[in-house]
Amino acid sequence: MIDFVKDVRLWFAPQRVKDEGETPDYRFSLANERTFLAWIRTALALVGGGFAVDQFLPDLRWGVRVGMSLALLAVGAACALRAVNHWVRCERAMRRGEDLPISRFPVVLSLGVGLVAVSMVLVVLMGWTSRP
Amino acid sequence: MTASGTAGRDAGLQPERTRLAWRRTTLACSVTAVLALRTALRGSGSAVEVLGTAVIVLIWLAFLGIAHRRVRQLAAARPPGLAPRSALAAVACTVALSVFAVAVIF
Repeated sequence: MIDFVKDVRLWFAPQRVKDEGETPDYRFSLANERTFLAWIRTALALVGGGFAVDQFLPDLRWGVRVGMSLALLAVGAACALRAVNHWVRCERAMRRGEDLPISRFPVVLSLGVGLVAVSMVLVVLMGWTSRP
Repeated sequence: MTASGTAGRDAGLQPERTRLAWRRTTLACSVTAVLALRTALRGSGSAVEVLGTAVIVLIWLAFLGIAHRRVRQLAAARPPGLAPRSALAAVACTVALSVFAVAVIF
């Protein structure tokens, strides 16, 4: 948790990242940037999915629809915040010549998306819709 | 691409790939913004709808602006690294869309 607070401070103080170590080969930085963008796209897709569930599934019960929508939106926001955090940590690790940070987040995200998919299948199979 | 940018390029076309990644991300942001607009416009024509539309368009324009600036930087043969401020701003746009969604859906 304290590490996380330190990371958050780094988001807002770019010069502190640049103070450390040596500037890596620009190609590594660009690769890190593309990974960051891929995570941002994932986050945008999840947020878009949240809008889509609310808009295009009117037959679902209000609670189910809003719950699923909120779950997707929350995961999307978490994904975006984690993207910038991971980007800063990777940039710092490359400057210091350390190993890149490992993360549990991809597993958590996969499980979360899988959970939403399975619950959607259950909702359809069990007929938990307002209009039969 | 300008002719001056072609000197000393690396074989992996890294700046180009990064530029295309920004383009894909802009596209994803546009799709999400359109979905957000569809949610915001529910046909009542109230002041809340106008406000919601304005917020979404502003978020979308902000994202386009960040992407445009970065794409121009990437035209250099050895582009500088992504500024943390730009990264934060892109993330802020995504989170803002999400917060907006929560506000509208409830």
